[in-house]
Amino acid sequence: MEQQLRKMTYRDALNEGLREALQKDERVFLMGEDVGRYGGCFAVSKGLLDEFGPERIRDTPLSESAFTGAGIGAALGGMRPIVEIMTVNFSLLALDQIMNNAATYLHMSGGLFNVPLVIRMATGGGKQLAAQHSHSLEGWYAHIPGIKVLCPATLEDARGMLWSALLDPDPVLIFEPAVLYPMERTLAVDAGPVAIDKAKLHREGKDLSLISYGSCLHKCFDAAAILAEDGIEVDVIDLRTLRPLDTESFLTSVAKTHRALIVDEGWRSGSLAAEVSARIMEQAFYQLDAPVERICSAEVPMPYAKHMEEAALPQVASIVATARRMVHG
Amino acid sequence: MADFIMPSLGADMTEGILVAWQVEVGDQIKHGDIVAEVETAKGVFEVEAFSDGVIEQILVQPGSEAIPVGTVLATIVEEGGTIVSPTVVAERKQVSPAARRLAAENHIDLSQIEGTGSEGAVCLADIEGLIAATTATEVPARKQVETKTSVDFKDGMRQAISAAMSLSNREIPHYYLATDIDMSRSLSWLEEQNRQRSIRDRLLPVVLPLKAVALALRKVPELNAHWVDEQLQLKKEVHIGFAITLRGGGLITPALHKVDQLSLDQLMVALSDLISRTRSGKLRGLEMTDAGITVTNFGDLGVQTIFGVIYPPQVALVGLGKISEQPWAEQGGLSVRPVLTATLAADHRAGDGHQGGKFLDALNRILQEPEAL
Repeated sequence: MEQQLRKMTYRDALNEGLREALQKDERVFLMGEDVGRYGGCFAVSKGLLDEFGPERIRDTPLSESAFTGAGIGAALGGMRPIVEIMTVNFSLLALDQIMNNAATYLHMSGGLFNVPLVIRMATGGGKQLAAQHSHSLEGWYAHIPGIKVLCPATLEDARGMLWSALLDPDPVLIFEPAVLYPMERTLAVDAGPVAIDKAKLHREGKDLSLISYGSCLHKCFDAAAILAEDGIEVDVIDLRTLRPLDTESFLTSVAKTHRALIVDEGWRSGSLAAEVSARIMEQAFYQLDAPVERICSAEVPMPYAKHMEEAALPQVASIVATARRMVHG
Repeated sequence: MADFIMPSLGADMTEGILVAWQVEVGDQIKHGDIVAEVETAKGVFEVEAFSDGVIEQILVQPGSEAIPVGTVLATIVEEGGTIVSPTVVAERKQVSPAARRLAAENHIDLSQIEGTGSEGAVCLADIEGLIAATTATEVPARKQVETKTSVDFKDGMRQAISAAMSLSNREIPHYYLATDIDMSRSLSWLEEQNRQRSIRDRLLPVVLPLKAVALALRKVPELNAHWVDEQLQLKKEVHIGFAITLRGGGLITPALHKVDQLSLDQLMVALSDLISRTRSGKLRGLEMTDAGITVTNFGDLGVQTIFGVIYPPQVALVGLGKISEQPWAEQGGLSVRPVLTATLAADHRAGDGHQGGKFLDALNRILQEPEAL
């Protein structure tokens, strides 16, 4: 039977995921800055206040540390809170709560207390929001043991990762690339929860492995299409879960293609791309036919000017050029 | 400056494993000094230096990889020459890890390959292309090499013998001659000699025909030679390869050196030494290559007549059968004598039957005058 598809945006898919979670489990509630009356600063929670009421869709003061801490407390108390932080830059105000409390409680309590908390936040550049709203710090969070770090890049994942994250007994951070909110694609009518422990191979080729996640995944899709016209066939892998990494997925791909190019919007030094690269060297060294390469953001505070922001971010042209050089020498 | 290369220890050797170095960078060496130990399908051999000088660089470290014959293993500078400082060693060739592994698995010498990858690196496609090309042209040769990835001693030896003997029968037009030699004088002289010796110092009968072969080669030097590039290269010294069967199976024919100049006692000592070193795997590389002729002795197995296969690039092989009592007619009378059937297999490209006949005749005559041995 043909799958029934409908058009929607990435934002709609997130909204649908939230609505499903709120409907399925009474312990689930959403809190954050402007999630209620304003409908979310990126309009993700639009309409939810009317449907679920102020008890479950809670506006908070501008106090990231406080309401993230409140979320941890609620989770410890048996609720299933979803905390929304406006952007990853602001999450640094809550970093103490996230890292020193949420990520460590299970350990500090000798295994007695899980923290079933989900924190959502927008990440990344491309919207001219300048140097305090545009960074990609999910790679930092992927450094921390005790939490899981997800980054949905597709409608399926935007729709389906939230419920799986709520089922997880430990803290899960979901990073939503802000530039994807208005992205329109199709989604199956019966789309539901998705696995959050596996990367996904979106496109198959024999010449090179493009390894990416988040908004850069779509740049990789575009690059792959251009490369295909040249006869260069690439694997495109969406990491999806940044912690724990599905290492096997990209090792399997590299064993086939012998070349790996990692595209990561984070800053290059100490990036998630560096971690993926290191794992390839460690575990697939003898499969490599060319040095592993990375395309990351320029190591500058994100510029405001459009042309400069574009220059700072990974772009399709640089992916294509690098891939061509890696394959043809 | 001279190169110390992976030597060819026989026509059947295409590669060897560098087992150990006996020298270090900076060591003074003289012609004939043991420099390294090399393992071939036939065992481990000590390899000598062919020039005097000082070890300048060691380019290959001992390992389990087979190294093609001719690969430079070390460089030697003449004494007084300058030693290049170790920091100025040749730049490492750029080879991708995957290509390096594939090349190693297929015994491909990376130094000869032009890379097409980034910065001129040798990449997978270069090696795959080479393999495809080689597979198309020389399937049998590659198959043989492929199966020698590890030191499978018995299989390796069998294959080495197979390769050499196939080459011999494929390329060498053998001719065969045989003669019966009355050994009564030789044996009674030997008996007399041994009676005066302690059991330890006794001579085995085989040393008599061995020495006699050496002396006969002085008369017919054309059989003490190598056939190389369609030309006969006579050997200055009489080095005789002696076929020694190994207990684990297989066969090695290392050389006894300057047999024509050895007394029978010296020859006996040299023979015992050679046999024990062969069986304990301590032969020298040179002993594997410099024989000008081979002697095969199957007397102890009761074999009467041997039709030998020449070991290339040599041009002749002498077979010694069992010395047995035979009816012997001479001067109208019949008697029983100890008789040795000596055979000659010789390369008809390098010489003619007349030479072979002369050789066997000389052998016979020499054995009739044992006191002159």
